[in-house]
Amino acid sequence: MAGDTDPIHQFQIVPLVGDGTFAFTNSAFYMGLTVAVITGFLLLATSARTLVPGRFQSLAELSYEFVASTVHQTAGREGMRFFPYVFSLFMFVLVSNLIGLIPYTFTVASHLIVTFALAMSVILTVVIYGFMKHGTGFLKLFVPHGIPVYILPLVVMIEVISFISRPISLSVRLFANMLAGHITLKVFAGFVTMLSASLGAAGLAVGVLPLLMAVAITGLEFLVAFLQAYVFTILTCIYLNDALHPGH
Amino acid sequence: MEEMGKYIGAGLATIGLAGAGVGVGQIFAAYLAGALRNPSAADGQFARLIFGFAVTEALGIFSLLVALLLLFAV
Repeated sequence: MAGDTDPIHQFQIVPLVGDGTFAFTNSAFYMGLTVAVITGFLLLATSARTLVPGRFQSLAELSYEFVASTVHQTAGREGMRFFPYVFSLFMFVLVSNLIGLIPYTFTVASHLIVTFALAMSVILTVVIYGFMKHGTGFLKLFVPHGIPVYILPLVVMIEVISFISRPISLSVRLFANMLAGHITLKVFAGFVTMLSASLGAAGLAVGVLPLLMAVAITGLEFLVAFLQAYVFTILTCIYLNDALHPGH
Repeated sequence: MEEMGKYIGAGLATIGLAGAGVGVGQIFAAYLAGALRNPSAADGQFARLIFGFAVTEALGIFSLLVALLLLFAV
């Protein structure tokens, strides 16, 4: 009984092919599926390339322009050279979150190591590109303008700590939101089976209430899935902007 | 005894979420108040709204992190 309604069970990683370190797991499968869905969708959407876009093409154009305007607004014209990277990140996070909302699927972003790898790729891009473009001038990032000298050591320390905590907050935000949302969903869904198992027909009648709640939370989770993808994207843009213009 | 301390500590760490809740509420309240006064400027500030939300939420996340560390890592 406990195994049936265990809300953590959904995050279990099981090897599909092979065993041990080199196993092809369900996590890897859903990551591959996400990439396949994005690639298939974009190829299908842009294959016709009509002047008046159809449904698929306007959806593709919408997502393209949405990310492009976000990058342009936060990181400026120079930031557009990172557009392919930011667009890939946005689409990967968004589509993997949406696929995870289908019942009985696996949510890739509900594992900290996946989101941490994404966040580290962003931060390493910022650090490497920043040093490549500005040399040691990149360190001006930690020294804001117009600060009196006597409180400068404190400010620099705070800036360094805030920079170091960026990959942690970036990854844990996405991970925690996905984890908490899916656990809530499964806890409410578990109430239905628990009620019907303990009270029989009367329990099924009462079980409609948590079922409705689960439906409402699913709706909320669609919002969260999109919002977290957007937050991840916009923070990526802001961090990339730091690499492009560290003096600000 | 040590086990009990872990659970109490994890429970106490979640109190930090109250601060994040107040902060995030403040941000959206201020945005809504500003947006209703000047609706034409609201769309242009949406990215800043999300940025402020994300930065504030990060502090709540740190308290969650403390709770998780206490439960599973300490």
